[in-house]
Amino acid sequence: MSLVVEGAWKSFAHRGGTQAVLRGVDLNVEPGEFVSLIGHSGCGKSTLVRALGGLLPLDAGSIRLDGQPVSAPGPDRAMVFQNYSLLPRLSLVDNVRAAVRSARPAKGRAAAGEAAERYLTAVGLWEARDKKPHQVSGGMQQRAAVARAFAVEPRVLLADEPFGALDALTRARLQSQLIDLWTSESDTELVVMVTHGIDEAILLSDRIVVMGNPPGPSIVDVIPVDLPRPRDRVSIIDDPHHREVQERLLRLLTAAPGIAGDPAEATEAAA
Amino acid sequence: MTLTQPLPVEEVVDERRGTLDVVPGPDGPDAPGPTTTTPVPPGTSRLRRAGAAIGWALVGVAGFVALWWLAAGRNDKLPAPGDTFTVLREMLADPFYDNGPDDKGVGVLVWLTLQRVFKGWALATLAGVPLGLLVGSSRRAWQAVNPIVQVLRPVSPLAWFPILAFALADTEAAGVWTVFVIALWPTVLNTAAGAATVPADQRDVARVFRFGRLAYLRHVLVPHVLPSTVTGLRLSMGMGMGWIVIVAIEMLGGSSGIGRQIWTWYNALNLDKVAAGIVIIGAVGLVLDLALMRLARAVALDEGVRS
Repeated sequence: MSLVVEGAWKSFAHRGGTQAVLRGVDLNVEPGEFVSLIGHSGCGKSTLVRALGGLLPLDAGSIRLDGQPVSAPGPDRAMVFQNYSLLPRLSLVDNVRAAVRSARPAKGRAAAGEAAERYLTAVGLWEARDKKPHQVSGGMQQRAAVARAFAVEPRVLLADEPFGALDALTRARLQSQLIDLWTSESDTELVVMVTHGIDEAILLSDRIVVMGNPPGPSIVDVIPVDLPRPRDRVSIIDDPHHREVQERLLRLLTAAPGIAGDPAEATEAAA
Repeated sequence: MTLTQPLPVEEVVDERRGTLDVVPGPDGPDAPGPTTTTPVPPGTSRLRRAGAAIGWALVGVAGFVALWWLAAGRNDKLPAPGDTFTVLREMLADPFYDNGPDDKGVGVLVWLTLQRVFKGWALATLAGVPLGLLVGSSRRAWQAVNPIVQVLRPVSPLAWFPILAFALADTEAAGVWTVFVIALWPTVLNTAAGAATVPADQRDVARVFRFGRLAYLRHVLVPHVLPSTVTGLRLSMGMGMGWIVIVAIEMLGGSSGIGRQIWTWYNALNLDKVAAGIVIIGAVGLVLDLALMRLARAVALDEGVRS
């Protein structure tokens, strides 16, 4: 199975004119791949991931999953949002259950309950299942949101800056959990994640798609990350290949005016 | 499964809430939080604060009664506080007697009036909540309904009564439907305002996980709208509209109820009873509002601190 984007264009009304946010994007994500989209604010990475989720229609071009055109949300694609987006009046377990029941109506109540238990347990939240979102920390909310996404058993996981709002320690733990869930707990085949973090992108991805701001091309470069899995966040920093990818990303995101935008932001992202 | 590390159950956030003993009202500015820098034992400050609140309330009531007493002393047509409270005590001593249509206890009268206002209010809620959800969720519905609401809303409630009384040929039903018309606007407008502000991320969640119409209503729309709807219910009932209006309607053309009775007492120039009736109406209104405020607090969405 593969996720194929061909000639994707999307414009938004912007200060009286229109701004082409996606400018002929071509992308092919293979089964078993983890792909990160990185770039400055306004480069269209969130737009692309929302289009993959079927939340946003393209102006031109196509998105195909296994040859089938994607035009609306479907149970084969689940999404994790930056701001957790749990439903505030439902407990953590009910959030997961409601999503499974809706996305997989054929499953039935019992199976939805089992899926909720399995994935909440996998992210260490089964004990806290009856808490409401506001009663737990941001990290726990995002873990519940990750569990919710995996519980619908999607083939594609889409994530829009899933760890952007978390502190560094919580983020590190969630990164590991995401990879564990993806590789050993689920049948989810591929992941497309939007990120601002260079190190996060290298740690998690098989390929990193660097996106640029208008008026340049949407995709500036695609960098393969050939580090063996499982990756250890401490030791891979010393790997020469890690260095190489990091330098290449830094150069792309800081040194190319007009293509990658504001250098200050990328320095922050690298820090 | 191969998790890299055991996951401790995390802390429950915001212990601070435990010390926040003043719950901000839904419509007021945030109550001043506990900004004391010197540590105070939690129970003590709460007691002291409640004591102060009651004390100052008594001061206010005493001041009001004193002014009333002075005014009654200068104009002997005004009922004096002493006489009023004597009458009030007599009324409350036996509130539920019923000696036929012209002689009932105040409890019975209030109950008759309450039944009317509740009927109108319930009808308004049944119609207003779905209409509000529709109007708040659809721009077209909003554009269709908003002009009508804006024109009809400022019309005095009592202006509806003659038309309805004539059309229905039944003052009893006309009273109920007048309350309905009055209670409808706040319910519709507040529900619509809530429905129009469902956060984009919750709508995204509903789309990504393919919530059906029913699941969307149940898990997203209604839970989000509930606090605004209750505000609307409170505006249409407790804060005034319904309760204020029904008393006036009974004076205009009712056959029974506390409002009608006040009009009868006035015609008999029994002003002590009129004043006592006013006190009772005020107290019932206060109880209604407190009950709805409690409901508002119960359904308030505690967003908490998002860390």
